[in-house]
Amino acid sequence: MKKNSDLLSKLLQKFSSMLPWSVALICMPLIQTSYASEPQPWQWNFQPPATPVMEQIIDFHNLMFFVEVGIVLLVLGLMVYIVVKFNSKANPKPTKTTHNTTLEVLWTVIPIVILIIFAVPSMKLLFFMEKAQNPEMTLKVTGNQWYWSYQYPDNGNFEFDSNIIPDEDIKPGQRRLLEVDNQVVLPVNTEIKVLLTARDVMHNWAVPAFGIKIDTIPGRINETWMKVTKIGTYYGQCSELCGVAHSRMPISVKVVSKEDFKKWLKKAKSEFASSDNNKMLKLAQLKK
Amino acid sequence: MSNITHDHHDHRPSGWKRWAYSTNHKDIGTMYLVLSMFAAIIGGAASMLMRAELHEPGIQFITDPQFYNVLVTAHGFIMVFFVVMPALIGGFGNWFIPLMIGTPDMAFPRMNNVSFWLVAAALILLVIAGFIDGGAGTGWTVYPPLSSADYHPGMAVDFGILALHLAGASSILGAINFITTIINMRAPGMTFHRMPLFIWAMLLTAFLLLLAIPVLAGALTMLLTDRNFGTAFFAPDGGGDPVLWQHLFWFFGHPEVYIMILPAFGIISEIVSTFSKKPIFGYLGMAYAMTSIGVVGFVVWAHHMYTMGFNVETRAYFTLATMVIAVPTGIKIFSWLATMWGGSIKFDTPMLYSMGFIFLFVVGGVTGVTLANAGVDMAFHDTYFVVAHFHYVLSISALFSMYAGFYYWFGKMSGKRYPEWLGRLQFWVTFVGVNLLFFPQHFAGMAGMPRRIIDYPDAYAGWNMISSWGAYISAVGGILFFVVLYKTLTSNVKAEANEWGVGATTLEWTVDSPAPFHTHEVTPNIIPEPAE
Repeated sequence: MKKNSDLLSKLLQKFSSMLPWSVALICMPLIQTSYASEPQPWQWNFQPPATPVMEQIIDFHNLMFFVEVGIVLLVLGLMVYIVVKFNSKANPKPTKTTHNTTLEVLWTVIPIVILIIFAVPSMKLLFFMEKAQNPEMTLKVTGNQWYWSYQYPDNGNFEFDSNIIPDEDIKPGQRRLLEVDNQVVLPVNTEIKVLLTARDVMHNWAVPAFGIKIDTIPGRINETWMKVTKIGTYYGQCSELCGVAHSRMPISVKVVSKEDFKKWLKKAKSEFASSDNNKMLKLAQLKK
Repeated sequence: MSNITHDHHDHRPSGWKRWAYSTNHKDIGTMYLVLSMFAAIIGGAASMLMRAELHEPGIQFITDPQFYNVLVTAHGFIMVFFVVMPALIGGFGNWFIPLMIGTPDMAFPRMNNVSFWLVAAALILLVIAGFIDGGAGTGWTVYPPLSSADYHPGMAVDFGILALHLAGASSILGAINFITTIINMRAPGMTFHRMPLFIWAMLLTAFLLLLAIPVLAGALTMLLTDRNFGTAFFAPDGGGDPVLWQHLFWFFGHPEVYIMILPAFGIISEIVSTFSKKPIFGYLGMAYAMTSIGVVGFVVWAHHMYTMGFNVETRAYFTLATMVIAVPTGIKIFSWLATMWGGSIKFDTPMLYSMGFIFLFVVGGVTGVTLANAGVDMAFHDTYFVVAHFHYVLSISALFSMYAGFYYWFGKMSGKRYPEWLGRLQFWVTFVGVNLLFFPQHFAGMAGMPRRIIDYPDAYAGWNMISSWGAYISAVGGILFFVVLYKTLTSNVKAEANEWGVGATTLEWTVDSPAPFHTHEVTPNIIPEPAE
């Protein structure tokens, strides 16, 4: 018992120690226009959407969610009714009913109707998220054990690696397991085509606020797109088991204004002058 | 006739030979159940280590992340192949198929023996795979290239492959045995449309095994030659493709989840009918709902692979096909409720577990409809939401059906009656535990927490702590189960031949408890179907 309460108080302490910066985070959008999208303690819903795709995912999920909660409550209600009304004391004589065609047709047809109601927005969403209409730029993402490489093929074709900041170097206010040394920087309100591949094993590039989660597979190039509508910093994690440090290859995306992006490009081009890695990637592309 | 006395002479070998050489369906069934309990202790210990590690953010005590990945892998394999399948199929299937269809034994008793010992050997190989050369940290999906020789150079993955080969061979033999027995050896008068639903479930399961396992075997062999003999089925640098593995694995893997849950459907149908003192509602609908789940289960596999980059039309097809499965599943749920409706229900432990099963299956089922949609799956794929979903629908649902079946049939198997209050206590502890364990994982998953990670960002601490406490409570439920087992086996309370009364109408309740070594020596007479 004592140990348990110790543990609890320890955890409570942990939470309360996290409180100041959670508050700071909530207030941040008020102070400056940028904010960070990341999981919050005791969060029980999606992270706030930052792309049209994620907005639609949430809308469609809400539709399903309420119908599904209704179904669970209906079944639960029926079960409670059965427990109360049809226990052996309340109902000593069982009926002999084993068929009711109307009922059986109903509970076949109603689920079909519900599924059709789901299927229409589902297909709309699926085809909407498939491809960018007019991509203005391309980002190439490569998964490696255990870091991400980012390449800007139509903006100078420079490439850089994005490594986790290990726990021991985390500064106060930084998010453990989510911060990286070199963030991907992208312009806001820009349709961006994303190409993804991997150099060794499979990884998965996932940013919850963008509604993006795509496997990076060696020997293949996958494609997706995004159009981030809010300036801010976004966090995600590798989402395909990729070996020992699977939990330690975060994704951090900094979305800036178009002007800031141009400034960053200039700086980045000189900082990340093309490396040998690029040649390898081109080879991989040729193979494909 | 003189051979009547001869019939009652048990040719029962004694000592270890009775078990090692056994060709008796009841003894083999018992051995499967014991193996399953033994494996459940190993697989459960792996879960507890994982949950204890995840209790708080940061690394608690598993300093080698590879060992955590090994636990993830071992937990999955052991629970699927060595706990759920041996208990539901090998255990209850062997015990009750002959008893319920009115035949003395399985069609191929020696093959039955081989099936069991192959599983036992496979379990040993799999445990070795966890400890040799750093263990197999690939997840139960064994996706290459992570499982290839470059990234798992030791022998661990090879041991795992061989373990699955043996378990698969055992399943194929068992499936052939079940199919032959059920098709050819039913008592006269027991037409297909008069078989108990448990028999329907086992027949369908056996067909699924027969069709799905060879695909796994093929894929495993390709992986084995990729690893050891220089082939490149799954290696992109040799012209292969890792995605081929995913297709083959999930072509097996999706039917596999129905292989685990169809027997559960069968058990729950029997118990609900027995305790409601009513025949099952919509029998034909139930039987063909299971059949259609089995058939459609073969054409939905790629919903496990929505994020690997298919073209959009393929994802649209798999979305729609997957959603279709909700319809027969709904028929089953509502037919169970309708069976109870108007019944005179006694809420003994098997019935409690059955009601628990129905509730858990509905909760897991609706999240399954969510996940079926390739669009929203972008948000959920490989998060804890998926972990919560599949543990609800198949892990704890399968567990509940195992517990339900065990309490239901334990009297028949052992001749002793379990202490009812202890059974009910065990149910409530388990029910609270598993819900506390898995429900918060929906929230963590929605917030974005990925699966199969040893350490998580601090924001997920709350839900993970609750989840871990739920795991400890579930473990108490597991220990209580062994207490029930011990108490029952050492008690003097005899179970009657039909301990559940007028609702229990299947043939196993017509034989003594414990069921004698040989049963149905005289073929039971099923009243012919009334002319309509």
